[in-house]
Parts: sequence; structure tokens; C-alpha cells
Amino acid sequence: MSGPHYNFAYLNEQTKRMIRRAILKAVAIPGYQVPFAAREMPMPLGWGTGGVQVTAACLTAEDTLKVIDQGADDTTNAVSIRKFFVKTANVATTEQTEEATIIQTRHRFPETPLKENQILVYQVPIPEPLRFLEPRETETRKMHALEEYGVMHVKLYEDISRFGEIATAYAYPALVNDRYMFDPSPIPKFDNPKLDQSPALQLFGAGREKRIYAIPPYTKVKSLDFEDYPFTLPTWEKPCAICGSKTSYLDEILTDDQGGRMFVCSDTDYCRKNQVAK
Amino acid sequence: MNGLLTVDNITKNYGSRVGCHPASFELWPGEVLAIVGESGSGKTTLLKCISGQMDPTSGSVRYTKRDGEQILFQNLSEAERRFLMRTDWGFVHQDARDGLRMGVSAGANVGERLMAVGDRHYGHIRKSAADWLRQVEIDVERIDDSPWSFSGGMRQRLQIARNLVTAPRIIFMDEPTGGLDVSVQARLLDLMRGLVRNLGLAAVIVTHDLAVARLLSTRMMVMQAGSVIETGLTDQILEDPQAPYTQLLVSSVLQV
Amino acid sequence: MYVAVKGGEKAIDAAHQLLAEARRGDPSIPEISTNQIEEQLSLGVDRVMNEGSLYDRGFASLAIKQARGDMIEAIFLLRAARTTLTRFGYALPLDTAQMQIRRRISAAFKDLPGGQILGPTFDYTHRLLEEVLVPEPAKEAPQPILADVPKVLGLLGSEGLIELEFASDQPVGDITQDPPSFPMSRDQRLQSLARGDEGFLLSLAYSSQRGFGRTHPFAGEIRLGEVEVCFIPEELGFEIVIGEMTVTECEMINQFKGSGNTPPQFTRGYGLTFGHCERKAMSMALVDRALRAGELGEERSAPIHDEEFVISHADNVQATGFVEHLKLPHYVDFQSELLLLRQLRQDKDRAE
Repeated sequence: MSGPHYNFAYLNEQTKRMIRRAILKAVAIPGYQVPFAAREMPMPLGWGTGGVQVTAACLTAEDTLKVIDQGADDTTNAVSIRKFFVKTANVATTEQTEEATIIQTRHRFPETPLKENQILVYQVPIPEPLRFLEPRETETRKMHALEEYGVMHVKLYEDISRFGEIATAYAYPALVNDRYMFDPSPIPKFDNPKLDQSPALQLFGAGREKRIYAIPPYTKVKSLDFEDYPFTLPTWEKPCAICGSKTSYLDEILTDDQGGRMFVCSDTDYCRKNQVAK
Repeated sequence: MNGLLTVDNITKNYGSRVGCHPASFELWPGEVLAIVGESGSGKTTLLKCISGQMDPTSGSVRYTKRDGEQILFQNLSEAERRFLMRTDWGFVHQDARDGLRMGVSAGANVGERLMAVGDRHYGHIRKSAADWLRQVEIDVERIDDSPWSFSGGMRQRLQIARNLVTAPRIIFMDEPTGGLDVSVQARLLDLMRGLVRNLGLAAVIVTHDLAVARLLSTRMMVMQAGSVIETGLTDQILEDPQAPYTQLLVSSVLQV
Repeated sequence: MYVAVKGGEKAIDAAHQLLAEARRGDPSIPEISTNQIEEQLSLGVDRVMNEGSLYDRGFASLAIKQARGDMIEAIFLLRAARTTLTRFGYALPLDTAQMQIRRRISAAFKDLPGGQILGPTFDYTHRLLEEVLVPEPAKEAPQPILADVPKVLGLLGSEGLIELEFASDQPVGDITQDPPSFPMSRDQRLQSLARGDEGFLLSLAYSSQRGFGRTHPFAGEIRLGEVEVCFIPEELGFEIVIGEMTVTECEMINQFKGSGNTPPQFTRGYGLTFGHCERKAMSMALVDRALRAGELGEERSAPIHDEEFVISHADNVQATGFVEHLKLPHYVDFQSELLLLRQLRQDKDRAE
């Protein structure tokens, strides 16, 4: 990025103020999708521009930033976004979850428990949990306003009657603070319980769809289910092949073309720490 | 004492054209009212205006709730209207595709209203759906099938089950037997008559078919060119029609 | 022992280097300059300015070069640059009646005050590839007509045959400041269409001509030329000219049978673009008119009538971002689906 001089964290101050106002509103109404005038960022829409704008609006010179994609710090998109903030904000970065003050993530919640002074920023592709049941924004807005969420249970009902269980593995819808149904972004449902009563502030940015929503610290997040078909977590038969963790989310690695495969932590920072501890 | 539904001077204009001249009537619990007339007579417009499907140009609809309180429909918030329309009221469309969620199974179609009012027990929802399928004479084996795989008559029965699952007090029907074969019509009418009687439902049925009115309704309203021209007990009107248009209708259709 | 895949950073650096090489192509061929692009690929520059929502020929030319001629990529570059610019305020509405006209045609009237001027157009060329393009214009090009050419639609207005348009007293919306919400006002809609993808709008307009939402259009007037941009700086408090820009304006006349209380009369569809983007301006005018169906009490049945569908999917920067984001890793989601699928198959086996 040679050429023109850019403002701290790329966005001009007017834009940051606009985004901060949206964030404050989002925090005040947990789970409600606040429209905001998203800008074009120098990375494609759909590649984390919502998260990047939220991070840019929250970032101060004293912050320490961590960026992960699929749980890992070294995936290409995470590298690209981290580089962007180093270049435009010259901010300190880390791979260690507990050292970060802001963590921008795509598709995962870190395994290391978060603390009160941390902000977790999610990149969101489709913020509307009802979108694939009702394509119209005008109608889904009304459904949220009237708390008309029965149709989501119709989908879960269909899953159970066809598959014998709720067949949603990621972007699993949940109810925030007993009011708004929300899409936790495409994190695996394995991560959903971590959102509940988390001490950290959780912010969700959808750039292309121009929406910001939030879960304030210590807020109830309840994954949808039926009384007789409660929400369940996936399990693995083996622990992580590298660190031996039995509690973390595991990625499947194909090791050869003979069907050989192994399972390792998707959270690379957590995995490394476990190895060191051993 | 108030009727279940009190309709007062409902009108509907489409631009400068009049869809429905002032119409008033009272519907009592357990009563079945048929609105009869040829196509274009304003009967569907009237039905939509009194059932919340369409806003009338003027006039009011009052509904007496289970606790006896009478409420003015036009004063309800959208949330209250929608709640009423999926609990105490039901609407059966002429084309079942307008009333069903065609993308989900028969069971989900019946269960949807239960889930909409907060039922969160899969087993219970499923059992209710099965019970209702049985009541409308659909093989319970078909519970997980898509309505696309159903015949016209089955879809119509499914639509009725979907409406009845929350035990509504009034059901509005727009030509419920229209577009069905005669033999299928007969079976559906038979079923509807049984359900309405057993459940003590009040109903407003729009039909162009006097035979349907005769079989199902206790009272009749005849409409022509947007106006109600005759009302009375069904038997009475069919025996002794007063208005010339009604006489014409009765003589042309009920020769048998 | 297995070591988790690393090297995202290295891979990105290498990709950037390969991209630079590919962009340059064969080094024995002279490098193209942005001036050449600006002067000789000017219609491409116009399109990039339009959909990039930034009137800057130099930046647009650079964007085309940097994007290796990929127009959507160039548009995207320009939009991202636009994000960083400070906003000083809003210019006054352009007065296209005062345009220095270079091209002006009407398909509705054979002759009319001000006349018809073909100007620089492909319209009546034979589309034959020519190995040697005429290097210099044979004669001196005709001078532009000066301003004050009356608008064709204004000529109809005096008879009451066409709907009148009045300036609204509402502040003009700004889709870059306020997130769009549906239903939209016409100003917001026109802004969205102005930055919408040319191909998408062209196809929609075409669909309406083929019967999916007919609008019975006539090209009332298309004009191309230069207009002054005026601005009132706060510290001065009066209007000053801050520059000139080239625009193409299309006003469609559409048949209308009347409905409800409205008598039959002609209605309008409007298109305006930066630079010379005639196809886009015409498509925009057709889509604009079709999207007014609700307001005019017409039946809304075709895709082009569906405001939420049209506007939500017209922006090619949004569209390309989301389609192409499928290239990003989805390991975690895919893993979740794998787990689920195995589980479901196990359950089924067990049940059998």
C-alpha cells in the first residue's frame, strides 16, 4: 500500500464515529442487527470487511491485536488482515489469546477462555439467521420485531423428522438475552456454549450486508433446540494428535491417499501452549 | 351478549371502483355463514376484509375473545393481529399452495402453528400432527412427505388440519372446494361438515356453489355487484328466495 | 511427527510477486502508461468511474492498469480508494439543461429544437475489424453546441401529456452514509442503480423488453456532454464552480394507461452516468421506470419489479466479493459437516 497517506487504521474519523455509534447501539440491544453504512475496504466484501471495520473502529494505539481464521493465526486471510492493521495502524500483534485486547476471528471462538478486558470481533457473511427461510429483508425485520421465530423451529423439526437429530453443524442459531434470534457466524456449533455468559465483549460485523450486532459481556446465549431433542456437542473418538487435548475442536488432516488421516487442534495457539506445558 | 364476530359497515374500494358496498353482519359461536354470489360479486373481497387478509376502506370488525372481552380488530397492533390469526382464527385458501408451506413436510405444516405459539416439544408436536392428519383422513404414513406429492383434495385437507391444530374458534374459507373434482368435493364437504359440528367451530365460507352452502351453512348472504342483496337462514332462502337474482340462482342451480 | 501447515505469509508474498510479473507481461513489449489508458481506452475509464462511484480519470486509469484490465477489480480498487477520502459536502444538483452538448438524440421526434447530433458513436459503424484504425480525424471535429438546448421531455410537459416532476423538499438520501433500507426512496434507488453493474442492469432492462415487466419505452432524449459542478463552501456562503464533468443522461418516455385516480399519461424513467456510458444510462432508465410500478399502481410480477431483489444484487463489488469468498478456507465448517454426515450415516446403519 504505497502512495497516499492513510489515517490510523485506514478509516477516516467520521467513519469510525459512525461505526462506534452502531456498535454502542448494538451493545444496548443484544442480538439486534444494527444497520450501518459499511465502506468498501481494500479487501473484498465477503472476506471480513465487516470485522475489519469493527476492529478499525475499536482499535487504539495501545491495543494488541490477534487475528485468526479457522482458529489459526497463520491462515492466509488472517495473515492478510493482520498485515493490513500493522501497516495502517502500526499496532502490536500477538498469536497468544490471553495477551490480545482485540481478537478478530473468522469461523472460530478461541479455546483459551476469554477475559473481561478483551473484545472478540467476528467476521459475518450472512447476519440474518432467518435468511434461508425468508429471503426478504422487509419480512425478516418484521419477524424479529414481532419475535416470530416459529419458522426456525419448523426447520429444526424437519431435521429431526428426516435425520433423527438437528442437522445444523455450524452457524447454529441461538437466542440472545431471551429476545433476539441471531446467527453466531459460521462458527461450529461446538463453539456456541462459549458465547454464553462470556466475560468478553463480542462484536459481529457484516460488511457486505451492512449490519453490526453484539453480545455484551455476561449475556445469556441459548442455542435453539427442542425439550426432548436438546442441543448437543460433537465429539471425537481420539484426542488431538499433536497436543493430546480432549476438549478442543479438531481439524481432520489427510495424511496420504490411502485413507490415512489424523485429528489436530484447529486453534494453533492453544495447541502449541498445550505442547509446551507437556 | 355479543356475537363472536361483529362486522359493521365494511366497504372496500379499488381506486374509483367499488369492490364491496357497506356490509354488516354478526356471527355467533358455532354458526356457519355462507357468502354466495357469482365471481366478481365482491364476496372474496368481503371475506378478506373481515379476516385481516386485506384492509377495508371503511367499517370495523369486532371480535369477542375467549374471556368475553370484545376487541376492535382495526385497533390491534400488527403483533396482536398476527397472533390472533394464528391462534383463534384460521384461513383456508382456495388454492392450497397459498395456505401451505410447500417446502416442508406435511407434519411440519401442521406443527408450524404449534411452534409459532411456543410449543418446543418435538414429540408432542409430532403426535399432534399425526392426530390431525388422521382427523382429516390423511394416512399418517405420509407425515414426512412433501405437500407437492399430495393430490389437490389431500392438500386442501392438509390446509384445514394446519389451521385447526391450535383449536381456532373461527375459520374463514375461500372457495375451499373450488378446483376439485366432484367426487373429491363431496368427500371434502362431508369431512368439513363433521369437523365443524364436532369442534363447535364458527365459519364463514365464500362459495359460488349453492350446494356447498346448503350442505355446510346455517345462514346465507347473497351478494351481487358488490352489495349484499339478501340474508337469512339457508333453508329459508333456498326454499323461498326473495330477491330476483337469488331466485334466478336457486332456480338455475337447484333443479335436482 | 506431523507439523501443522505453516507459511501463509510466505505464500502471500510469493503470490504478490507472481501477480506483478503477470501484470507486466512480456518485458520486451513497452509498458502501457496510464495516460494511454485514459485517452485511448476512455470508455473503460468511464465505466470504472461510474461503478467505482468516483469521478477521477487518473485514478480510474491507474486502477485499470493495476487490475490488468479486469474491470470489476478496477472498480473495486476505486471504491476502496474512495473510502479514504474526506467528505467536504454535497455539490449542488447538476443542471443538465445547461450541458455543453456533444451528442444528443431523440427517438421520439424526428426534428426538434436544438436538432439531433450524433457525436462520437459506434451506432452506425460497420462492426468490421480494421487492422489500421484511422490515426487522425480527417477534418476538424465539429464544435460542441452550446448550452440552453431545451429538454425533449419538457416539450411534452407543457401539454400535460407527461407526468411532471417536482423537486422534493426532503434532503437527498446518500447510500454511502446511510445503509439502504427497503422500500427505498427514488433518490436512493437511482444512486444504487448508478453504481450498479452495467451487465446486470442491461440484462434486467432487456428482460423487461422481452415481456418480463414491460414498460413500453421510447428513448425521449439521450444527451452527452460537459456540465459544471457547483458547490457552496461553508466559509464563502455562495455558489462557486469547482469543475466540469462529462455525463450521459437518458430520459425514457414510457406509456402509461393510468390507474385509480391517475389519468393516462406518459411517465418517465431516468438514467445518469459519469462519462460516456450510454448503454448503462439507458438500462438504468428502464430499470428506474420498472421499479416505479408500485408507486404507479401497476402490477408487480417480473424480476425487474422487485426492488429488494434488483437493488440488493446490482452491486458488482459486493457480488464478486461474496462469490469469490468461497475460495477462502472453510476447514472448520467443512469439518463440522463431515462429523455430522458420518454421525447421520452411523445412525442410519444402526437403525437398519
